Amino acid sequence: MLEIEIDGKVIQVNDGSTVMDAATQAGSYVPHFCYHKKLSIAANCRMCLVQVEKAPKPLPACATPVTNGMKVWTHSEAAVKAQKGVMEFLLINHPLDCPICDQGGECQLQDLAVGYGDSSSRYQEEKRVVLNKNLGSLVATDMTRCINCTRCVRFTQEIAGEMELGQAFRGEHAEIMPFVEKTVDSELSGNIIDLCPVGALTSKPFRFSARTWEMSRRKSVSPHDSLGSNLIVQVKHDTVKRVLPLENEAINECWLSDKDRFAYEALGSDERLTKPMIRQGGEWQEVDWQTALEFVANGLKSTVREQGAQSVGALLSPHATLEELHLAQKLMRGLGSENIDSRLRQADFSGDASRSGAPWLGMPIAEVASLNRLLVVGSFLRKDHPLLAQRVRQAAKRGLRVSYVGPNAEDWLLPVRNRALVAPGKMLAELAGVVKALSLAVSKPVSGAIADYVAAVAISPAAQAIADDLAAGSSAAVWLGNLAAQHPQAASLQQLAQEIARLVDGRVGIIGEAANSVGAHVVGAVPGAGGRNVADMLDKPLAAYLVLGAEAEFDFADAVKTRTAFEQAGLVVSLGAFRSVAALDYADAMLPIAPFTETAGTFVNCEGRVQSFYGVVKPLGETRPGWKVLRVLGNLLGLDGFDFAKADEVCVEALGGSPEFVSERLGGLVDVPLSSQPAAEGKGFERVADIPLYFADPLVRRAPSLQKTKDAAAPLARMNAATAAASGVADGQLVRLRSAAGVVSLTARVDEAVADGCVRVAGAHQSTAGLGPLSGVISVEGL
Amino acid sequence: MSTHELIFAGLDGDRTWRLEDYVARGGYSALKKIINEKISPEDVIAEVKKSGLRGRGGAGFPTGLKWSFMPRAFPGAKYLACNSDEGEPGTFKDRDILRYNPHSVIEGMTIAAYAMGCERGYNYIHGEIFDVYQRFEEALAEARAAGFLGQNILGTDFGFELFAHHGYGAYICGEETALLESIEGKKGQPRFKPPFPASYGIYGKPTTINNTETFASVPFIINDGGEHFLNLGKPNNGGTKIFSVSGHVGRPGNYEVRLGTPFSELLALAGGVRGGRRLKAVIPGGSSAPVLPADIMMDCTMDYDSISKAGSMLGSGAVIVMDESTCMVKALERLSYFYFEESCGQCTPCREGTGWLYRVVHRIEHGKGRPEDLDLLNSVTANIMGRTICALGDAASMPVQSFVKHFGSEFEYHIEHKQCLVPADVQNEGSKIYVGPTC
Ligand SMILES: Cc1cc2nc3c(=O)[nH]c(=O)nc-3n(C[C@H](O)[C@H](O)[C@H](O)COP(=O)(O)O)c2cc1C
Ligand code: SF4
Ligand code: SF4
Ligand code: FES
Repeated sequence: MLEIEIDGKVIQVNDGSTVMDAATQAGSYVPHFCYHKKLSIAANCRMCLVQVEKAPKPLPACATPVTNGMKVWTHSEAAVKAQKGVMEFLLINHPLDCPICDQGGECQLQDLAVGYGDSSSRYQEEKRVVLNKNLGSLVATDMTRCINCTRCVRFTQEIAGEMELGQAFRGEHAEIMPFVEKTVDSELSGNIIDLCPVGALTSKPFRFSARTWEMSRRKSVSPHDSLGSNLIVQVKHDTVKRVLPLENEAINECWLSDKDRFAYEALGSDERLTKPMIRQGGEWQEVDWQTALEFVANGLKSTVREQGAQSVGALLSPHATLEELHLAQKLMRGLGSENIDSRLRQADFSGDASRSGAPWLGMPIAEVASLNRLLVVGSFLRKDHPLLAQRVRQAAKRGLRVSYVGPNAEDWLLPVRNRALVAPGKMLAELAGVVKALSLAVSKPVSGAIADYVAAVAISPAAQAIADDLAAGSSAAVWLGNLAAQHPQAASLQQLAQEIARLVDGRVGIIGEAANSVGAHVVGAVPGAGGRNVADMLDKPLAAYLVLGAEAEFDFADAVKTRTAFEQAGLVVSLGAFRSVAALDYADAMLPIAPFTETAGTFVNCEGRVQSFYGVVKPLGETRPGWKVLRVLGNLLGLDGFDFAKADEVCVEALGGSPEFVSERLGGLVDVPLSSQPAAEGKGFERVADIPLYFADPLVRRAPSLQKTKDAAAPLARMNAATAAASGVADGQLVRLRSAAGVVSLTARVDEAVADGCVRVAGAHQSTAGLGPLSGVISVEGL
Repeated sequence: MSTHELIFAGLDGDRTWRLEDYVARGGYSALKKIINEKISPEDVIAEVKKSGLRGRGGAGFPTGLKWSFMPRAFPGAKYLACNSDEGEPGTFKDRDILRYNPHSVIEGMTIAAYAMGCERGYNYIHGEIFDVYQRFEEALAEARAAGFLGQNILGTDFGFELFAHHGYGAYICGEETALLESIEGKKGQPRFKPPFPASYGIYGKPTTINNTETFASVPFIINDGGEHFLNLGKPNNGGTKIFSVSGHVGRPGNYEVRLGTPFSELLALAGGVRGGRRLKAVIPGGSSAPVLPADIMMDCTMDYDSISKAGSMLGSGAVIVMDESTCMVKALERLSYFYFEESCGQCTPCREGTGWLYRVVHRIEHGKGRPEDLDLLNSVTANIMGRTICALGDAASMPVQSFVKHFGSEFEYHIEHKQCLVPADVQNEGSKIYVGPTC
């Protein structure tokens, strides 16, 4: 500890603290622009100059290390004189366009200029003009306003992991720009808007639509990936205008992914369903809620009556709120059916019988920082979980060593030390190889149940390297990604992951696909005894489906099968915020339920944290919160226990009113015999399906600015050069892909980041829905 | 009145730079002496300390002291860097050292590497003198082939790998931490200090940076002893120094003299003020050093302490001589333009301030000055000085402050009369290319 006196106050600070750290601790505000607690220190703006005893000149607080006994004045005459001098320099070339600047009202320069600037300028020369840059569809630029603090540059380099911006040229000609002809394509790009202390970088979708003081700020929680980022939703005239991060060190820190930030644009989409609709005699008609709900209730009742409760089922999106999921499962069970599932993109349910508790990350998110070994199995980590990947990236800088097993090797912008790049069908054997090598390395026997399987596999060099690395660590985790969860041998992969974790006394976790993947398990949005899982419900079509927040062609493991099942069903009730074109064909009732901004709700994130939120705007048109719709439906069906006045009451019931309810139900471990069933059968190549981040849920699919990014480009048929050669296709060639379920045409792209013998074809996209299952064998033929 | 040459001694004809000529002049004897007599690294540093050698790159920091900052026990790689970026207007000594006597730098660096335990070194050479870079590469090859560089130098365990690295001509890359960034392949921008290079240098490893001339002086210290070197100059200002004399003199060029030589002697060596004109002003240490009027300058001796006492700096030893035909406003305009163009743009006071200074001086020179401009110049420089990441901010400010201080009346005349105090025909006459008497 060091002792320092700041503005007369004596405090103790940690060794290695800067004067800025100490000032923050002492409650003294030091004006600053380039300093940011999450970024490296640049010390270039010089706004934080302070007076230090015995120093002949003012020193920058952000970069000056505290020495024991130091005396600092942050607001003495000398300090303020220096700060004012810097402020004058910052303003001489800054345009006086605050009235038309989008940053107005939330501009650090504007705020500080009030305290440190003069009302008239001594600078009588011509001001500098800097040409604007095209950074893509999300970030607008007004580079003449830039004060060259390089926060944006440091963000791309240090947090996003790739230096997509730089400061080119010298002196007064210095400009912040992307690389020639490039845009900023990071999935975290929007954070540079928050970081920019002036109006040089602003939100393109939000531009000129409101002033910050005209909007109210409401708290919410991101409904997309399993992290559960905390949001501030800004609202004007009952419309969502903008989304900003709500700082939460335990979850999203001060960041948001672009998905969290810009998906709100979909809330105003033309595709919003604003009135209940039912189909009678083949004709769609808009009806009032009473009519619609009676239609649905009667349909469900008569189906149960005529074909039995086993003929109805519920398919629930893991992006739905806890309240919606709870009431939907309760309604199904009330009707006498256990056919309930929320794991819509998964294919292997063999672990269900042995599983207890909800699959989760297996550790608090913030503890990523204390890991020193991480094995990821089957994941598009960077795009599937942008901010979790960011945490891993930071931890990797401090010594976390990351290994990977899976069919993909795209750049995560963090060092992956060991990688077993293998086809999905070989992942099980590869992982078994890791178990085998690890058991030797740590001299612990392999667990009985899997010992035989493991004994029979060969250890690949990659598996050996992974095992050696894991064995040398002291705090390890094994994570199963979305690709592993969607794998046809998911339970067996998990079994081996559990074994690896056991051998190194580490933790095993399932990252989870959606905002409420954990919550869905906790409230029982999975089949109970005798119930059918999603695959089963679609393999042998039911008579009636209740579909909540999901779209047949995008949100299921097999778009073709789902579509067929829905078309064959007598009754498909679709609850959602959007009018899906496909649902017009297969559904019989479409009920407009509120997206997350228009309803109260709760999500349980991957670490098991329960986060409730309120609606921030009124539901659009005749949209109703999902929990209310299900409550009325329950009543109309004559079921007990559907009398709730408020969403909170539903939540209390769902979580048993106990704070430990969720934590007691986290688990999700399986105990299965390892699959002897091949993952892929037939002649051809194995499909590897990513779920591109801007297609993963109904909201992002309809967010126009996100849809203009590189990440939303149409899927390609990606394969390595060897696979391309084997199938006789060239890069850029149009190819026909054929699965057992159907045929689609895509452009081929040679990509060495795909395992040999595989073709990466994204799911959740119109152009690939015709291929059916996300995994399995496909053939490739040049056109 | 004479030069006293160490580094430049015996350099005549075209082939003098070659290894065999260097050895014939006694080259590499210092390195051999250290090896043969098993002089310890500590003793080498002690000798350099004793010599009073001060950095020839500008700041005049005692070299022996700098060397002693290197963490001796540091386990990993340590680096040595030679600063041959020489971008300061008026300075042209390092290129001549490298052109005519490159092995003196190689030998000096090898001794320094030995003293500080550096396993690798770089000589960062200004990018606009490519022939010098190429020659240095050749000299390195010669030294390696002869066993003066590389592994097992002179058959011992001591190894030192030295590489040439060329920049692209940015002045700022001569600032030692910008130079480090540039060697690492990054944009040449100074780093904030602390940490200093001795603890966080190239690739974050302990690094010592010295000027070309500093290294070139080292073999003489080892050969003749620190004491002898010190006595060539005066206390605290040991040795000889190469002065690059430019401007309005009869024979502009590099002159190696003992530190402490009267300025008048140096001027005479350089052929005196050309055309018998009157001396007006001198910038004694490169463009960043404050200008001194003739009378003050004529009383100075050429060493760190004397020039500093007179209110300027010996700097890199670039002596810019201006005679009575010089318009001081125009001269400052040119200097200010240099700093405006060469600021790296990283920190606010320098990025914004250098442009401001230049524009105001430019206005004054072009008859658009305002009465308040001189106060403004003083105040802007005061806001830059001491508030920037590197010393370029100070370097840009000092000329402005000193020109206004010593030649304020010329600026006032410009502002008031919208024209120059020095009549145009005098300036024209003075700006003609002058062919002096041949030496
Ligand atoms: C803007 C700027 C430019 C500089 N350019 C040079 C240069 O070209 N050559 C040089 O030796 N030192 C230059 N220096 C000084 C170096 O930073 C450093 O002090 C010097 O190389 C140390 O070597 P020395 O101790 O041997 O003088 C410059 C400093 C500044 C601030
Ligand atoms: S664009 Fe904004 S964040 Fe980036 S350097 Fe300029 S002022 Fe700083
Ligand atoms: S003082 Fe000038 S040259 Fe030095 S770091 Fe700052 S902007 Fe760059
Ligand atoms: S905040 Fe310290 S220099 Fe910018």
